Amino acid sequence: MNADLAYADKMDSRLWLIQRITAVVLAVAVVVHLATIIVAVQGGLSAAEIVSRVGGSLGWAMFYGVFVVAAGLHAPIGLRTILREMTPLSPGATNGLMIAFGTVLMGFGFRAVLAFYEMGGG
Amino acid sequence: MKVSIWRGGKVGRFVAYEVPRLENQTVLDVVTYVQRKLDPSLSYRFSCRVGMCGSCAMTVNGKPRWTCRTHVSKVAVGGTLEIAPLGNLAVIKDLSVDMRVFFDKWAKAGGAFKGDKTRDDDFALIKPADKQRQNANAGIECIGCGVCYAGCDVVRWKPDYLGPAALNRAWTLVNDARDTQGPVRLQLIAGENGCLGCHSQQSCQEHCPKHLSPTASIAGLKRAVSVAALKGRL
Repeated sequence: MNADLAYADKMDSRLWLIQRITAVVLAVAVVVHLATIIVAVQGGLSAAEIVSRVGGSLGWAMFYGVFVVAAGLHAPIGLRTILREMTPLSPGATNGLMIAFGTVLMGFGFRAVLAFYEMGGG
Repeated sequence: MKVSIWRGGKVGRFVAYEVPRLENQTVLDVVTYVQRKLDPSLSYRFSCRVGMCGSCAMTVNGKPRWTCRTHVSKVAVGGTLEIAPLGNLAVIKDLSVDMRVFFDKWAKAGGAFKGDKTRDDDFALIKPADKQRQNANAGIECIGCGVCYAGCDVVRWKPDYLGPAALNRAWTLVNDARDTQGPVRLQLIAGENGCLGCHSQQSCQEHCPKHLSPTASIAGLKRAVSVAALKGRL
Protein backbone atom coordinates (compact mmCIF):
# COMPACT_ATOMS: atom_id res chain seq x y z
CA MET A 1 0.00 0.00 0.00
CA ASN A 2 1.47 3.39 -0.91
CA ALA A 3 1.52 6.26 1.55
CA ASP A 4 -1.03 8.44 -0.32
CA LEU A 5 -3.55 5.63 -0.46
CA ALA A 6 -3.06 4.90 3.22
CA TYR A 7 -3.63 8.57 4.01
CA ALA A 8 -6.77 8.72 1.85
CA ASP A 9 -8.13 5.57 3.49
CA LYS A 10 -7.40 6.97 6.92
CA MET A 11 -9.25 10.17 6.09
CA ASP A 12 -12.16 8.19 4.61
CA SER A 13 -12.40 6.13 7.78
CA ARG A 14 -12.34 9.23 10.01
CA LEU A 15 -14.96 11.00 7.91
CA TRP A 16 -17.13 7.90 7.91
CA LEU A 17 -16.92 7.68 11.67
CA ILE A 18 -17.64 11.41 12.09
CA GLN A 19 -20.70 11.02 9.87
CA ARG A 20 -22.00 8.09 11.97
CA ILE A 21 -21.46 9.95 15.25
CA THR A 22 -23.09 13.14 13.94
CA ALA A 23 -26.00 10.99 12.68
CA VAL A 24 -26.61 9.85 16.25
CA VAL A 25 -26.46 13.45 17.49
CA LEU A 26 -28.82 14.59 14.73
CA ALA A 27 -31.27 11.77 15.43
CA VAL A 28 -31.69 13.04 19.00
CA ALA A 29 -31.53 16.74 18.04
CA VAL A 30 -34.15 16.43 15.28
CA VAL A 31 -36.56 14.61 17.62
CA VAL A 32 -36.18 17.38 20.25
CA HIS A 33 -36.54 20.04 17.55
CA LEU A 34 -39.70 18.48 16.04
CA ALA A 35 -41.26 17.79 19.44
CA THR A 36 -40.65 21.42 20.41
CA ILE A 37 -42.28 22.65 17.21
CA ILE A 38 -45.34 20.45 17.75
CA VAL A 39 -45.72 21.62 21.34
CA ALA A 40 -44.97 25.26 20.48
CA VAL A 41 -47.50 25.64 17.66
CA GLN A 42 -50.40 24.46 19.84
CA GLY A 43 -51.18 28.06 20.74
CA GLY A 44 -50.56 29.34 17.20
CA LEU A 45 -47.24 30.19 15.55
CA SER A 46 -45.85 33.68 16.03
CA ALA A 47 -42.44 35.31 15.84
CA ALA A 48 -42.94 36.78 19.29
CA GLU A 49 -43.59 33.33 20.75
CA ILE A 50 -40.42 31.90 19.17
CA VAL A 51 -38.29 34.83 20.34
CA SER A 52 -39.70 34.65 23.86
CA ARG A 53 -38.85 30.96 24.05
CA VAL A 54 -35.47 30.79 22.28
CA GLY A 55 -34.19 34.37 22.47
CA GLY A 56 -31.40 34.92 24.97
CA SER A 57 -31.52 31.35 26.19
CA LEU A 58 -28.05 29.89 26.69
CA GLY A 59 -29.54 26.35 26.81
CA TRP A 60 -31.26 26.67 23.43
CA ALA A 61 -28.19 28.41 21.97
CA MET A 62 -26.03 25.49 23.05
CA PHE A 63 -28.55 22.92 21.79
CA TYR A 64 -28.82 24.54 18.36
CA GLY A 65 -25.06 25.16 18.34
CA VAL A 66 -24.50 21.40 18.64
CA PHE A 67 -27.24 20.86 16.02
CA VAL A 68 -25.48 23.23 13.58
CA VAL A 69 -22.08 21.59 14.06
CA ALA A 70 -23.57 18.10 13.57
CA ALA A 71 -25.49 19.12 10.44
CA GLY A 72 -22.52 21.08 9.10
CA LEU A 73 -20.32 18.00 9.35
CA HIS A 74 -22.88 15.33 8.45
CA ALA A 75 -24.30 16.82 5.25
CA PRO A 76 -21.06 17.60 3.38
CA ILE A 77 -19.58 14.16 4.18
CA GLY A 78 -22.66 12.42 2.76
CA LEU A 79 -22.79 14.72 -0.24
CA ARG A 80 -19.08 14.10 -0.80
CA THR A 81 -19.74 10.37 -1.12
CA ILE A 82 -22.58 10.95 -3.57
CA LEU A 83 -20.46 13.32 -5.68
CA ARG A 84 -17.55 10.89 -5.72
CA GLU A 85 -19.75 8.01 -6.81
CA MET A 86 -22.01 9.81 -9.24
CA THR A 87 -19.92 12.57 -10.83
CA PRO A 88 -16.58 12.71 -12.62
CA LEU A 89 -15.33 15.47 -10.24
CA SER A 90 -11.80 14.86 -8.96
CA PRO A 91 -11.37 13.92 -5.28
CA GLY A 92 -9.57 17.23 -4.68
CA ALA A 93 -12.34 19.29 -6.27
CA THR A 94 -14.98 17.33 -4.36
CA ASN A 95 -13.19 17.89 -1.06
CA GLY A 96 -12.79 21.62 -1.78
CA LEU A 97 -16.44 22.03 -2.72
CA MET A 98 -17.60 20.17 0.36
CA ILE A 99 -15.37 22.15 2.73
CA ALA A 100 -16.93 25.29 1.23
CA PHE A 101 -20.45 23.83 1.52
CA GLY A 102 -19.89 22.81 5.15
CA THR A 103 -18.47 26.22 6.00
CA VAL A 104 -21.46 28.02 4.47
CA LEU A 105 -23.86 25.66 6.25
CA MET A 106 -22.22 26.23 9.62
CA GLY A 107 -21.93 29.97 8.93
CA PHE A 108 -25.67 30.33 8.30
CA GLY A 109 -26.47 28.07 11.24
CA PHE A 110 -24.34 29.96 13.75
CA ARG A 111 -25.59 33.29 12.42
CA ALA A 112 -29.14 32.23 13.29
CA VAL A 113 -28.16 30.79 16.68
CA LEU A 114 -26.21 33.93 17.62
CA ALA A 115 -28.95 36.25 16.39
CA PHE A 116 -31.53 34.57 18.64
CA TYR A 117 -29.16 34.57 21.60
CA GLU A 118 -28.30 38.25 21.22
CA MET A 119 -31.97 39.14 20.79
CA GLY A 120 -32.65 38.39 24.44
CA GLY A 121 -36.04 37.28 25.70
CA GLY A 122 -37.94 39.63 23.32
CA MET B 1 -38.10 -23.03 -25.96
CA LYS B 2 -36.64 -19.76 -27.25
CA VAL B 3 -33.26 -18.92 -25.75
CA SER B 4 -31.31 -15.71 -26.40
CA ILE B 5 -27.61 -15.94 -25.67
CA TRP B 6 -25.06 -13.12 -25.70
CA ARG B 7 -22.49 -13.62 -28.45
CA GLY B 8 -19.33 -11.53 -28.75
CA GLY B 9 -17.26 -9.54 -26.27
CA LYS B 10 -17.98 -6.10 -24.85
CA VAL B 11 -19.62 -5.40 -28.18
CA GLY B 12 -21.93 -8.14 -29.34
CA ARG B 13 -25.58 -9.12 -29.64
CA PHE B 14 -28.11 -11.63 -28.43
CA VAL B 15 -28.57 -14.61 -30.76
CA ALA B 16 -31.75 -16.68 -30.58
CA TYR B 17 -31.67 -20.47 -30.36
CA GLU B 18 -34.40 -23.07 -30.19
CA VAL B 19 -33.73 -25.58 -27.41
CA PRO B 20 -35.95 -28.56 -26.51
CA ARG B 21 -37.72 -28.02 -23.20
CA LEU B 22 -37.21 -30.92 -20.80
CA GLU B 23 -39.12 -31.51 -17.63
CA ASN B 24 -36.03 -31.44 -15.45
CA GLN B 25 -33.57 -28.96 -16.93
CA THR B 26 -31.10 -26.42 -15.59
CA VAL B 27 -29.95 -23.25 -17.31
CA LEU B 28 -26.50 -24.83 -17.62
CA ASP B 29 -28.13 -27.79 -19.44
CA VAL B 30 -29.59 -25.30 -21.91
CA VAL B 31 -26.24 -23.59 -22.56
CA THR B 32 -24.53 -26.97 -22.90
CA TYR B 33 -27.17 -28.10 -25.40
CA VAL B 34 -26.53 -25.02 -27.54
CA GLN B 35 -22.78 -25.55 -27.44
CA ARG B 36 -22.89 -29.28 -28.15
CA LYS B 37 -25.73 -29.42 -30.68
CA LEU B 38 -26.19 -26.02 -32.27
CA ASP B 39 -23.01 -23.93 -32.18
CA PRO B 40 -19.71 -25.36 -30.91
CA SER B 41 -18.11 -21.89 -31.02
CA LEU B 42 -20.13 -20.79 -27.96
CA SER B 43 -17.80 -20.05 -25.04
CA TYR B 44 -18.89 -20.55 -21.44
CA ARG B 45 -17.39 -21.85 -18.22
CA PHE B 46 -18.44 -24.64 -15.90
CA SER B 47 -16.88 -27.44 -13.92
CA CYS B 48 -18.59 -29.34 -11.10
CA ARG B 49 -22.28 -28.97 -12.13
CA VAL B 50 -23.36 -29.44 -8.51
CA GLY B 51 -23.00 -25.98 -6.99
CA MET B 52 -19.56 -26.35 -5.46
CA CYS B 53 -16.99 -24.81 -7.77
CA GLY B 54 -18.53 -21.42 -8.52
CA SER B 55 -17.52 -21.26 -12.19
CA CYS B 56 -20.84 -21.30 -14.09
CA ALA B 57 -22.41 -18.03 -12.94
CA MET B 58 -24.17 -16.01 -15.65
CA THR B 59 -26.87 -13.38 -15.96
CA VAL B 60 -30.17 -15.19 -16.48
CA ASN B 61 -33.17 -13.04 -17.44
CA GLY B 62 -31.41 -10.04 -15.96
CA LYS B 63 -30.31 -11.57 -12.65
CA PRO B 64 -26.94 -13.04 -11.71
CA ARG B 65 -27.33 -16.75 -10.91
CA TRP B 66 -25.42 -20.02 -10.61
CA THR B 67 -26.67 -21.76 -13.73
CA CYS B 68 -25.96 -25.37 -12.72
CA ARG B 69 -28.50 -25.23 -9.92
CA THR B 70 -30.99 -22.86 -11.47
CA HIS B 71 -33.89 -24.77 -12.95
CA VAL B 72 -35.39 -23.42 -16.13
CA SER B 73 -38.86 -23.85 -14.63
CA LYS B 74 -37.94 -21.37 -11.90
CA VAL B 75 -36.64 -18.56 -14.09
CA ALA B 76 -38.06 -18.89 -17.63
CA VAL B 77 -40.57 -16.03 -17.64
CA GLY B 78 -43.10 -16.69 -20.40
CA GLY B 79 -41.10 -19.76 -21.41
CA THR B 80 -38.10 -17.77 -22.67
CA LEU B 81 -34.56 -17.34 -21.41
CA GLU B 82 -32.05 -14.55 -21.95
CA ILE B 83 -28.57 -15.60 -20.94
CA ALA B 84 -25.76 -13.04 -20.71
CA PRO B 85 -22.30 -12.96 -19.12
CA LEU B 86 -22.00 -11.80 -15.50
CA GLY B 87 -22.18 -8.05 -15.01
CA ASN B 88 -19.44 -5.82 -13.52
CA LEU B 89 -16.72 -7.98 -15.12
CA ALA B 90 -15.03 -7.69 -18.52
CA VAL B 91 -16.41 -10.12 -21.09
CA ILE B 92 -13.78 -12.32 -22.72
CA LYS B 93 -16.13 -13.98 -25.18
CA ASP B 94 -19.82 -14.90 -25.13
CA LEU B 95 -20.63 -16.08 -21.59
CA SER B 96 -17.05 -16.15 -20.25
CA VAL B 97 -15.93 -13.20 -18.16
CA ASP B 98 -12.48 -12.25 -16.92
CA MET B 99 -12.54 -13.09 -13.19
CA ARG B 100 -9.04 -11.72 -12.49
CA VAL B 101 -10.20 -8.37 -11.09
CA PHE B 102 -12.65 -10.21 -8.84
CA PHE B 103 -10.01 -12.50 -7.35
CA ASP B 104 -7.31 -9.80 -7.26
CA LYS B 105 -9.63 -7.92 -4.92
CA TRP B 106 -9.70 -10.92 -2.56
CA ALA B 107 -5.93 -10.55 -2.31
CA LYS B 108 -6.22 -6.76 -1.89
CA ALA B 109 -8.68 -7.30 0.97
CA GLY B 110 -6.13 -9.45 2.79
CA GLY B 111 -7.95 -12.65 1.84
CA ALA B 112 -4.96 -14.90 2.51
CA PHE B 113 -4.77 -16.69 5.86
CA LYS B 114 -1.56 -16.16 7.80
CA GLY B 115 -0.96 -18.03 11.01
CA ASP B 116 2.04 -18.34 13.30
CA LYS B 117 1.88 -22.07 14.06
CA THR B 118 3.86 -24.84 12.42
CA ARG B 119 2.90 -28.43 11.71
CA ASP B 120 4.64 -29.38 14.95
CA ASP B 121 2.29 -27.25 17.03
CA ASP B 122 -0.93 -28.63 18.42
CA PHE B 123 -4.32 -27.82 16.90
CA ALA B 124 -5.93 -24.54 17.91
CA LEU B 125 -8.78 -25.35 20.26
CA ILE B 126 -11.83 -23.29 19.35
CA LYS B 127 -15.23 -24.01 20.80
CA PRO B 128 -18.04 -24.32 18.22
CA ALA B 129 -20.15 -21.93 20.32
CA ASP B 130 -17.42 -19.28 20.26
CA LYS B 131 -18.96 -16.01 18.98
CA GLN B 132 -16.09 -15.26 16.62
CA ARG B 133 -16.16 -18.78 15.23
CA GLN B 134 -19.89 -18.46 14.58
CA ASN B 135 -19.29 -15.18 12.72
CA ALA B 136 -16.67 -16.90 10.59
CA ASN B 137 -18.91 -19.92 9.99
CA ALA B 138 -21.69 -17.67 8.74
CA GLY B 139 -19.55 -16.49 5.84
CA ILE B 140 -17.21 -19.38 5.19
CA GLU B 141 -19.29 -21.31 2.63
CA CYS B 142 -18.63 -18.80 -0.17
CA ILE B 143 -17.82 -20.60 -3.45
CA GLY B 144 -16.38 -17.53 -5.18
CA CYS B 145 -18.90 -17.56 -8.04
CA GLY B 146 -18.98 -13.76 -8.43
CA VAL B 147 -22.80 -13.55 -8.34
CA CYS B 148 -22.78 -11.02 -5.46
CA TYR B 149 -20.09 -8.97 -7.21
CA ALA B 150 -22.11 -8.90 -10.43
CA GLY B 151 -25.22 -7.83 -8.53
CA CYS B 152 -23.55 -5.08 -6.48
CA ASP B 153 -24.55 -1.52 -7.43
CA VAL B 154 -21.59 -0.01 -5.59
CA VAL B 155 -19.17 -2.04 -7.74
CA ARG B 156 -20.97 -0.69 -10.81
CA TRP B 157 -20.59 2.90 -9.60
CA LYS B 158 -17.09 2.52 -8.20
CA PRO B 159 -15.03 -0.07 -10.10
CA ASP B 160 -12.32 0.06 -7.42
CA TYR B 161 -14.70 -1.00 -4.64
CA LEU B 162 -13.53 -4.35 -3.26
CA GLY B 163 -17.00 -5.88 -3.43
CA PRO B 164 -19.07 -8.22 -1.24
CA ALA B 165 -17.17 -11.49 -1.75
CA ALA B 166 -13.71 -10.14 -0.95
CA LEU B 167 -15.00 -8.27 2.11
CA ASN B 168 -16.95 -11.31 3.29
CA ARG B 169 -13.73 -13.31 3.06
CA ALA B 170 -11.88 -10.65 5.06
CA TRP B 171 -14.58 -10.80 7.74
CA THR B 172 -14.21 -14.58 8.12
CA LEU B 173 -10.48 -14.07 8.70
CA VAL B 174 -10.97 -11.16 11.10
CA ASN B 175 -12.93 -13.71 13.15
CA ASP B 176 -10.36 -16.48 12.79
CA ALA B 177 -8.55 -16.79 16.12
CA ARG B 178 -5.57 -18.43 14.41
CA ASP B 179 -4.98 -15.59 11.95
CA THR B 180 -2.27 -13.02 12.71
CA GLN B 181 -3.13 -10.24 10.23
CA GLY B 182 -5.79 -8.43 12.28
CA PRO B 183 -4.73 -4.74 12.26
CA VAL B 184 -3.03 -5.05 8.85
CA ARG B 185 -6.19 -6.46 7.31
CA LEU B 186 -8.38 -3.75 8.85
CA GLN B 187 -6.16 -1.15 7.20
CA LEU B 188 -6.59 -2.92 3.86
CA ILE B 189 -10.38 -3.02 4.04
CA ALA B 190 -11.03 0.41 5.63
CA GLY B 191 -11.59 3.35 3.32
CA GLU B 192 -14.10 4.22 0.65
CA ASN B 193 -13.17 1.36 -1.64
CA GLY B 194 -13.34 -1.04 1.29
CA CYS B 195 -16.15 -1.80 3.71
CA LEU B 196 -17.05 1.87 4.24
CA GLY B 197 -18.15 2.10 0.60
CA CYS B 198 -21.03 -0.35 1.18
CA HIS B 199 -24.49 1.27 1.17
CA SER B 200 -26.15 -1.82 2.70
CA GLN B 201 -28.51 -2.21 -0.26
CA GLN B 202 -28.24 -5.97 0.24
CA SER B 203 -28.24 -6.99 -3.42
CA CYS B 204 -25.39 -9.36 -2.59
CA GLN B 205 -27.38 -11.37 -0.08
CA GLU B 206 -30.46 -11.20 -2.28
CA HIS B 207 -28.56 -12.91 -5.09
CA CYS B 208 -26.11 -15.15 -3.20
CA PRO B 209 -26.88 -18.75 -4.22
CA LYS B 210 -25.45 -20.00 -0.92
CA HIS B 211 -27.75 -17.66 1.03
CA LEU B 212 -24.83 -15.95 2.73
CA SER B 213 -25.09 -12.38 3.93
CA PRO B 214 -22.06 -10.38 2.80
CA THR B 215 -23.97 -7.27 3.93
CA ALA B 216 -23.84 -8.54 7.53
CA SER B 217 -20.15 -9.38 7.14
CA ILE B 218 -19.44 -5.87 5.83
CA ALA B 219 -21.43 -4.38 8.72
CA GLY B 220 -19.19 -6.39 11.06
CA LEU B 221 -16.12 -4.99 9.32
CA LYS B 222 -17.50 -1.45 9.68
CA ARG B 223 -17.85 -2.02 13.43
CA ALA B 224 -14.33 -3.42 13.65
CA VAL B 225 -12.92 -0.49 11.67
CA SER B 226 -14.82 2.01 13.86
CA VAL B 227 -13.48 0.48 17.05
CA ALA B 228 -9.95 0.41 15.62
CA ALA B 229 -10.23 4.05 14.49
CA LEU B 230 -11.50 5.18 17.90
CA LYS B 231 -8.63 3.39 19.59
CA GLY B 232 -6.20 5.03 17.18
CA ARG B 233 -5.16 1.73 15.65
CA LEU B 234 -6.04 2.64 12.11
